[in-house]
Amino acid sequence: MPLGRRSAIGVTTLGLLVLAWFMATGANGLISPGRFPTPADTWTAGLQAMVRGYGDATLVVHVLQSLKLVALGFVVSVAVGVPLGLLMGTSATAEAVLNPVFMLLRPIPPLAWIPLAILWFGLGDTAKIMVIFFAAFVPSVINTQAGVRTIERPLIEAARMLGTPHGRFIREVVVPGAAPMIFTGLRLSLQASWTTLVAAELVGALAGLGHLLNLAQQDLYPGMILVGMICVAIFGALTTALLGLVERRTLTWVRIKGDTA
Amino acid sequence: MTGALDPARRMVLGLAGLVGFFGLWALVAASGLVGKAFLPGPLEVAERLVTLLHTSFAGGTLPQHLASSLQRFSAGYLLAAAVGVPLGLLMGRFRLLDDIVSPLFDALRFIAPIAWVPFAALWFGTGFGGPVLIIFSGAFPPCLLNAYRGARQVEPRYIEAAEMLGTPTHRLILEVLLPAATPSIVAGLRIGAGLGWQSLVGAELIVASTGVGYMMVQAQSGVATATVMVGMAAIGLVGVLIDIALRALEARIHNRLERA
Repeated sequence: MPLGRRSAIGVTTLGLLVLAWFMATGANGLISPGRFPTPADTWTAGLQAMVRGYGDATLVVHVLQSLKLVALGFVVSVAVGVPLGLLMGTSATAEAVLNPVFMLLRPIPPLAWIPLAILWFGLGDTAKIMVIFFAAFVPSVINTQAGVRTIERPLIEAARMLGTPHGRFIREVVVPGAAPMIFTGLRLSLQASWTTLVAAELVGALAGLGHLLNLAQQDLYPGMILVGMICVAIFGALTTALLGLVERRTLTWVRIKGDTA
Repeated sequence: MTGALDPARRMVLGLAGLVGFFGLWALVAASGLVGKAFLPGPLEVAERLVTLLHTSFAGGTLPQHLASSLQRFSAGYLLAAAVGVPLGLLMGRFRLLDDIVSPLFDALRFIAPIAWVPFAALWFGTGFGGPVLIIFSGAFPPCLLNAYRGARQVEPRYIEAAEMLGTPTHRLILEVLLPAATPSIVAGLRIGAGLGWQSLVGAELIVASTGVGYMMVQAQSGVATATVMVGMAAIGLVGVLIDIALRALEARIHNRLERA
């Protein structure tokens, strides 16, 4: 029942907001259409982007371009970040050597890498992947390392005592034990990937949602700006949901395997 | 997991890591594998930093750019704290407000702060107001969420006791919820500062005409790589300083709460 009440109020609020949007931006509304688009403007802009295209490509192409870069950047950073986190979590020496370098680079916000990335790689995909890498790889490393630390010591010592080979030890003790934290890291990495990609595309790109936003801003086209923002929100939410699905599957699997092993 | 290292060994290894990092950087820069214009060595970057302290680049010296960045940051951040913390507390206290604001907040949260740049520029211009809105949208969520969580975690007993004694609502919020939620609020303020500072850099890269971010964009288009790197270092350093200041505030508040 409380949930029913809560979602009822939520739906009402969002409904009222849409209504307010219609009223406030209408013919003699409070907000001029030059500042915030009317629902009709937004619809037209969305249709235009989908059918005729905007900024040399249709909306589908922009979305696919952004999704591709987020996926690539995310995979590269996770593929480097998680093993590095495992290494720093399991080896005190590696941790002692790498941690200061890490502490030195970490305060630099990911977005601050954008100008350097453009200098080195231009406006193409490589520069975007480099920026996403610097943003997304940090949460992967930190959370993986923290996850390894949460594994109970007796478990580790038992495995050591039984002479478990290092590869099996990592695969069957460390990774499953750290899995929940690793996924926390992956979620943060994914969020960081989206934020930095949009920023990098806003600064300079040839396609993608950030590029669309940037053109819409230059053209003073509020309807298209809103279309771009809605797409960023929808696909950000979708990829997060997808990762959540993978997380639930994997963690269940890890638990079942742990029980039967 | 091989047990803790003793501090001396740790320090030597840490130094080795740093020396390795700067050494590799210097080596690659000196080797000529990458054009000098694209990868200046650490020393050149340090030299450039010193030069920029008193020489103007893109309309100002480094301290001047930093000052205008900090000005924007303070405005946006203070606004986020001033709106986010009270709203979070009120949401923690009044169910109806919570039910109304939460869905809006959840819907908006998926929009990366930086995606607000076009509207921010359209509404408030690219000088001061626009970037301030971006910082606000970066710093606001943790300010609100942490105040809300802090208020929700207050032991119901205290609230019930206060209610039974007939404490007026404003006093209940100021004298029961606020003190109990303070640790959580301060943690939120710290996270918010980090995100706000980062959003500012993004905003300045895209729209501003002063500030460190702007300096870096200008340097980028002029292939002044050393200046870009100085900008990165300055941004990192100021970010750390902001965090240290907030940590000190956090510690002070903790002490005071414990004594009270």
